[in-house]
Amino acid sequence: MNFNVLAKRHITLQNGKVVVMKRSTTPLIILIGLILIYFSVQITGFNMEAIIKRIDQFFVILKEMMQPNFSYTTKLWQPLFDTIKMSLLGSILGAIVAVPIAFCASSNIIKNRFIVISSKFFLSLLRTLPTLIVALMATFIFGLGTMAGFIAIFLFTIAYVGKLLYEQIENADMKAYEAMHSMGLTTVQSFRYAILPQVLPNYLSTTLFCFEGNVRYASILGYVGAGGIGLLLNENLGWRNYANVGMILVMLIVTVFIIETISEHFRKKLM
Amino acid sequence: MHTIEHQLSQEPTRRLSNLATSIIIIALLLWSVTAFNLSNLSENGLTIAKNIFKGIFNPDLSLLFSITKQGVPYLLVETMAIAFLGTIVGAILAIPLAFLSASTIVPKPIAFIVRLFLIVVRTIPAIVYGLMFVRVVGLGPFAGVLTMSLTSIGMLSKLYVDVIEDLDTSILESMESIGCTTFEKIRYGIFPQLSALFISIMIYRFDMNLRDAAILGLVGAGGIGAPLIFAMNAYKWSEVGAILIGLIVLILLVEFISNKIRTQIVRG
Repeated sequence: MNFNVLAKRHITLQNGKVVVMKRSTTPLIILIGLILIYFSVQITGFNMEAIIKRIDQFFVILKEMMQPNFSYTTKLWQPLFDTIKMSLLGSILGAIVAVPIAFCASSNIIKNRFIVISSKFFLSLLRTLPTLIVALMATFIFGLGTMAGFIAIFLFTIAYVGKLLYEQIENADMKAYEAMHSMGLTTVQSFRYAILPQVLPNYLSTTLFCFEGNVRYASILGYVGAGGIGLLLNENLGWRNYANVGMILVMLIVTVFIIETISEHFRKKLM
Repeated sequence: MHTIEHQLSQEPTRRLSNLATSIIIIALLLWSVTAFNLSNLSENGLTIAKNIFKGIFNPDLSLLFSITKQGVPYLLVETMAIAFLGTIVGAILAIPLAFLSASTIVPKPIAFIVRLFLIVVRTIPAIVYGLMFVRVVGLGPFAGVLTMSLTSIGMLSKLYVDVIEDLDTSILESMESIGCTTFEKIRYGIFPQLSALFISIMIYRFDMNLRDAAILGLVGAGGIGAPLIFAMNAYKWSEVGAILIGLIVLILLVEFISNKIRTQIVRG
């Protein structure tokens, strides 16, 4: 970091040369950090005593979770599949819808500044809205169930894939595109044959990565009533039935692990 | 022309693999399409949707700018404090775990076990931790801090490990050859290589924690989430609008600043 206000030290060497040494900014950064920590501790009511006294409670809960209730599995398949369905449908459709929006948000393809800036703003606005809040709003409109979860994941995927895709498009090699344009192809045609092949592997890889994350997200969306396994998670935590919670978490971890392994395999192939 | 046609005919035919991929994707899509059902659409869904948009575009300005403890600015500061403290605690706890899971430093079996542990920590949703900590230390922002610390550990140590495994060890060898002690080797050989990237990773995680802290209020762990949910359940859409606008502005601002700082740090 460059703070010009800080004094520089001048050192005169034996041969009379003057060397300027920049003062280190580390102490200043540490000081600011400590002040911020102090105020955060005040605001959040950080209480070391409470942790030390009550932390055993945490391990009591953890121990109950460690003995998962395996007979509960039969009731879990349907919600688990609902969760996967929600994230799969949301990811696929979201990734498809993201393409035209990213196309409009790429400043090197669309020359109209207004369209570019409004599409970019739209994408960052979508990305900032917390998924859980979107899901909650969707439950008010579409009722309880997987539809609300699908909407939340769909919107998040558009925002995430859209942003990464337009960055890819803006960094793509424009020579082939310009050559095709000069030959008389329309913007969409030259985009299809010059830009799309360049960004396609990365686009697919991003979509897969987003799908992985979406499965994790989808598992908690049920918490607000948006369908899937989160609903059961919420119920069992409420009833303090930690053995069932443990079973849900085990299934979730295994599912996420399997999906991640498959998706990583394909992403490595795409690279 | 003939050469080009010849080259074209040499292109491998991928028809079979393309067909297989399309069939798999279409099958998955058809399987998952049952998630899309409008049967639960409440009859006044459209009215509610209209009210939501009306409320968001007509935010409750007195709430947005009030400086009391219920006002949006204070709640945002509280959310930021939760995210900040959680990031710091998580970042410190993640350092030893990262070294323990770096296969260049510890034996492979230990690294594998620690990695497995980190995957488990990462997969459990933040809300579950939140509920557990609320049971432990009671409702309030403190439970949020503990939750943030625990959820940060997983991703932070994963990113730390990549940096640690890229350490340039030739520097350590040359320092050893001129007779440096272990402490000096760590202070002047390892620390400068890691500090900039570690800080950059921490700032990135703070950015993410801020978004997560905003929803932790859902389980009563402090921050702006709880008032947001209350306002939603009471259908007070103008309050929801005020809170959401504050949150969005804060997140966009923090993202912008953190990107600026991170490029500065990594460039040196």
